Parts: sequence; structure tokens; C-alpha cells
Amino acid sequence: MSALFSTLAALFVGDLQRDRVVPASGYTSTLTSLTAAAMAFLVVFALALSLASYRLAQDWSKALEQSATLRISAPVEQLDAQVARAIEILETTPGVASARALSSEEQSDLLTPWLGVDVPFDKLPLPRLIEIVQTPDGFDPQGLRLRLTGELPSAVLDDHVRWRRPLVQAANWLSVLGVVAIGLIGLTSGAMIILAARAALAANAQVITVLRLIGATDAYIEAAFVRRFAFRTFIGAVVGTVIGAGVVALFPGEEEQAAILTGLRLSGVEWMWLVLIPPILSSIAFSATRYAANRLLKGLT
Amino acid sequence: MSDCILCGAQAQQGSDVKSGADVIELDGVAYSYGGGELLSDMSLAITPGAFYFLTGPSGAGKTTFLKMCYAALKPTSGALKLFGQDVRTMERNDIALVRRRIGVVHQDCQFIDHLSVADNIALPLSVSGQDNWDDTTNLKELLAWVGLSHRANALPPELSGGERQRAALARAIIMSPDIVLADEPTGNVDWEMSERLLRLLLELNRMGKTVVIASHDLSLIRSAKSQVQARVLRIANKRLQLAGANL
Repeated sequence: MSALFSTLAALFVGDLQRDRVVPASGYTSTLTSLTAAAMAFLVVFALALSLASYRLAQDWSKALEQSATLRISAPVEQLDAQVARAIEILETTPGVASARALSSEEQSDLLTPWLGVDVPFDKLPLPRLIEIVQTPDGFDPQGLRLRLTGELPSAVLDDHVRWRRPLVQAANWLSVLGVVAIGLIGLTSGAMIILAARAALAANAQVITVLRLIGATDAYIEAAFVRRFAFRTFIGAVVGTVIGAGVVALFPGEEEQAAILTGLRLSGVEWMWLVLIPPILSSIAFSATRYAANRLLKGLT
Repeated sequence: MSDCILCGAQAQQGSDVKSGADVIELDGVAYSYGGGELLSDMSLAITPGAFYFLTGPSGAGKTTFLKMCYAALKPTSGALKLFGQDVRTMERNDIALVRRRIGVVHQDCQFIDHLSVADNIALPLSVSGQDNWDDTTNLKELLAWVGLSHRANALPPELSGGERQRAALARAIIMSPDIVLADEPTGNVDWEMSERLLRLLLELNRMGKTVVIASHDLSLIRSAKSQVQARVLRIANKRLQLAGANL
């Protein structure tokens, strides 16, 4: 534990002479920075996907859980009367905030994406739809169905539960997958940095031998390598994050309603999450390098 | 060289060697490797301020003996104490701290090749936390003492064999260690340079430092014996013997 504290202290205090004992160049340094940049880039996307899915699940949940639809199918001459009666029933139903029959134009707009623009909707015997907005407490769908069955047998109440639940679940799962992806990227980063650190330690065996010979403690040697790797990772992660953020910023935002990618662009405080990526990846590099160095040094006299 | 070159570091480091206590003490020490015994039943007490030569044929175990003396190797049996501390029970950190009191000059010198000669020499100070070494130690004076003032900014691969040995000696003594262990310090240099290195080591001994030199160069040993009361140890048949006067 004390070794950990001394390493941490050495990491943050810094020592120009110690930092110089590890050569600044070499393929491991480039590899570490590139790995960190690539991983940070991927984390930005995983984060954007996760946040967008979460937002989508929340939006769908909120938008649909307070609404329901009543469909009235009846002969044309009875349709208006049944719609009026249905609205009367709904307005007296506890838990219903408002009920409104959709106009012919609104119904046409709903069907146009499926049937095309040339269909004469006004000549078709389409059922009428009533949009119901619930109070926060909501209504009792079973009770309402029983009442409607007695007075308007052709009315069909759809409280959206059937299709809302799997959609929200899917969005939530997508959000979880994003988090899992971030975790996997973190683990992969750690593994790759361990490999790079081991290669660097092996390449600098002479440096380690000399340091041990002149009385360097393990904490001193670890800190020299750990600082170097944590710093390179930080720089790489900053570059990867900035590039990733730039690409994500080019995605259409929520307000632009661009099909499946709607809202993939981060918004508001969500951008602040990106600030955490470089320090977190640096922490992973710190732990991974320390682990690799510790294992190697324990095998030396 | 004035004594004060080594005074600064010494004053900061302090010394735990009790008055009259041995610097290195071996009692029945043996070392085995790969199933075979390389060194056997060695007993010796190296006292402060003494000057030792360690001789013996190539492969006799001189380097192994020296490595045990700075805890790079641990004896497989027997007791070895460095400054009163039993090597067998020392933690890795303790070993590192003890090594700061032991200056080692390797045959192949062992430098960090991308650091300048001056940085390599000053490295022990950084390692021991004396980051302000520029103020406390006169590195320039030390470089002048070993005759490397003009090579301070050179990289180790640019040095000649003799220059490397002198730089290694400067690094070994910058912390003002209690003992200097030199493994074949004159192995790769000409006679003139050997004499120069020997003079530096003798001067260190006159400052009170214990010096142990592993060498099979008998002419060097004879030269030293004419100038200092050196004891000559010989490793033969895996054992340590006090060499006679017939060197």
C-alpha cells in the first residue's frame, strides 16, 4: 500500500531527471498514443450511442405512457354520432385528461407514409381515431373497455402497452450495450497498454538494471515508466476524443429528425462526459503499466 | 581531489555503520547455481577503511562474490550481512537503500546510453531523492577528478574504455558510499589508464572508503601493494583464501 502511495506521489510530483531515464522515443510510445487515440475515438461513439439510446427510451416512454388511442369502426352515417358518444364517455372517465378526435387530414398524414400520396383517403371507409391524453395517475383500461363494450361495441382501446414496452426495452438494452462496449474498450485498452509497457520494459532492461544497481527503489522505476505511459495515453486520448467529438458533432441532432440516427449527436451537458475520457484512459494506463512493471521488477534482483 | 566532493552527499545520507562494525560480513556463505556449488564456506569480515583485492582465475567466482556483496545475489547458505543487516531477511526496498551505500563499478560499466555522462554520474542523487544535486554536490569537481570535464555532455557510447571506467567510478562514488566494489575495473584499459584508475581508488581509500577490487591483473595488485596496505583474497577451489606474499 505504501508503495502505491509513493508511486502516486511520484507520479504527480514529477521529477525531470527520473522522467528522462526512460527514452522518449520508440515504437512502444507511438503504439501507446495510437492505441489511446483509437480507443478514445471508439469510446466517444459508444458513449454517444448509449446516451442516444437512453434518451430515446426516455422519450418513447414519456411520450407514449401518457397517451392512448380509441378506434371507432362504424357505418359512415353513424360514425360521427359514435365518435361524439365516445368522447362523452372519455370525458367522464377518471384518469382521462382530454380526448380529441383526429381530423381527416391528421389521419391521412398518418397513413400517407404507408399507402402513398395518391390514395383518396376521403373516399375510403376508414375508422376514426380518438387521441386520449391521460392524467399522471392514468385511467383503468379494463374498466374503460368494459364500459365501451356496453355502449360502443365497435370501439377498440389501444393503450400502446403492447408495442411500447418492447421498444423501450430495446432502447434500454441498446443503452446498456453502449456501456458494456465502453467497459470492453477500457479492458482492451488496459490489455494493449500492458503489452506495450512490457515491450517497453523489455526494451529498457539495461535502464532498469542500472537503476537497480545504483539503489533505485521499485517505486522510483515504476514511476518513471508509469508517468511516461500515462502521459502518452493522455495525449493520445485527448486527440482521439477531439476527433471523435468532431465526428459526432456532424451527426444530425434530435431536432433534425434524421431517421434512425436521430439524436446521436450529444447535447448540452452530455458533452461534458467526453472530458472524462482522457483522464479515465490515463488511469487505466497508470494501473496497467504499474501492473506490468511490478511483475517484471519482482523477478529482478 | 578535495574531500569535500564527497562531503555533501555523505552529510545528507548519514551512516548507520556502528563504530568498529564490519561493512560486509560473511559467515560460512555458499552459493549454488543450477545444482552446482560455485562458492563454498566463505567467511570474511570486511572492515571500514580496508583495501581488498579479490583475485583468482577466470570463472572462479569473483563476480559472483561481488554480486553477493551488493545483494544482487543471495547466498544459498550461510549468513551474509551488509552494514549489519542480514541479506536473507532484507526486503527489496531495504536492498535498494543499502545499495546507495555501496558504489559498484562493473566491468562493462552499465550506463543509460541516452543520458549524458554528467546525467549518468548524477543519477544516483536523483534516485535517492536529492533532486537539487546541482547545488549540493560539485559535479564539475568530480568530473575533473576523474578527468572527464571535457566529456560531461558526451553520451556513454562515445566514450573510450578508460573514460567509461572513470565515469563508472565517478557514478559509484557520487553518493559518498561506505564501500566501493570494482569488478575488473582495468580489464579493458591499457596500463597507463590502469594506473590512473588505481590512483583514484587509492585516493578514495585514503579518504576512509572501503575498497574491494576484483582483478586477475597481478601487476596491478603489486603496484597497489607498494602504495597501500592492501589485503589480497584469492578464490580457489570455490573457497576464499588469504593470498600469501608470493604475488
